[in-house]
Amino acid sequence: MPAAFAVLVGAQLLGEMLRLLLHLPLPGPVIGMFILTIGLLFSYGRWARKREDKPSALENMSTSLIENMGLLFIPAGVGIVTEWTVLRRDWLPILLGLLVSTALGLVVTALIMHRVTQRASR
Amino acid sequence: MHAIKAFWMPLAVTPLLWLATTLFAYLIGKWLQKLCRNSPIANPVLIAIVLVAILLAATGTPYDQYFAGAQFINFLLGPATVALAVPLALNTAHIKSSLHGVGLALISGSITTTLSGVVVVRMLGGDRSIALSMAPKSVTTPIAMAVAEEVGGVPALTAALAIAGGIFAAVIGQVVLRWLRVDDWRAHGLAAGVAGSGVAAAQVAPLSGLAAAFAAVGIGLNGLLTALIVPLLAHLWPAS
Repeated sequence: MPAAFAVLVGAQLLGEMLRLLLHLPLPGPVIGMFILTIGLLFSYGRWARKREDKPSALENMSTSLIENMGLLFIPAGVGIVTEWTVLRRDWLPILLGLLVSTALGLVVTALIMHRVTQRASR
Repeated sequence: MHAIKAFWMPLAVTPLLWLATTLFAYLIGKWLQKLCRNSPIANPVLIAIVLVAILLAATGTPYDQYFAGAQFINFLLGPATVALAVPLALNTAHIKSSLHGVGLALISGSITTTLSGVVVVRMLGGDRSIALSMAPKSVTTPIAMAVAEEVGGVPALTAALAIAGGIFAAVIGQVVLRWLRVDDWRAHGLAAGVAGSGVAAAQVAPLSGLAAAFAAVGIGLNGLLTALIVPLLAHLWPAS
């Protein structure tokens, strides 16, 4: 468990350092995610792959973090109380912008993915 | 009254109280969703946010004081984002076999969401900072907040929009896609990841392993793509 957590935090730290050094426009954790993905692909069996059908410590840790990501959103989400004045003043563009762009993104992504994969399997 | 205050005040300043409140609010949200037979409408994140917000208002607690305790949970968003590398690495075979569809759907979906959000906000009279807070809202919250900060949006507003958008995508996702006769779990997963990030992915992931894998792909790659598109958009659209 400590080793798995160290891998995640270490990759994040590496991402932050790269961001500062190279002035990258990407957030540190995203850079860390890609560093770790590349690292896992190169060191296959060692961390990510299941060993004797048992998930590795890193896989267990990642699964529980991802499954409970909802919990991690709550502190930032409660921050909506600080934006109350903006929300009340501009509720219409915010609400419609949110609903329209989310629904369009969902439909466009799913329809294209569905069409392309169907054509490929035919 | 004085006795209650004397009891309340030392508790309220300890970060533990708000840390525990956040955890319990989430557990209550989870429990209510179970009661509603896992209906996407009873979203545990939404329930928890409403509960905590009501409690803050009722006790007159400023958000900063709440966050001093809740920041320990917030901090884990970073490692959780990095953790998306694991399903991404484990599912490279699936991704490779449908690389064409993933790439095409991801790019069109990502651009559609970003542009339509900005255009609708501007058409209805919202200002630039609101439009730029809307632009990155489809990606997972930590990325969305970082991108908003980068381009001059309001990170707290973006966080709220990202979570609200995720909840909306989770609620309408399966109904709308089934109505459009999309019955492929890969498409369901990818669309949930691209349009609603972690919140929507949490809704489809338990239904199918394939959906979970493609949702992880959608969250990860859309995070990268949006972190590139939105700063470019802000750059092409200079502040007047």
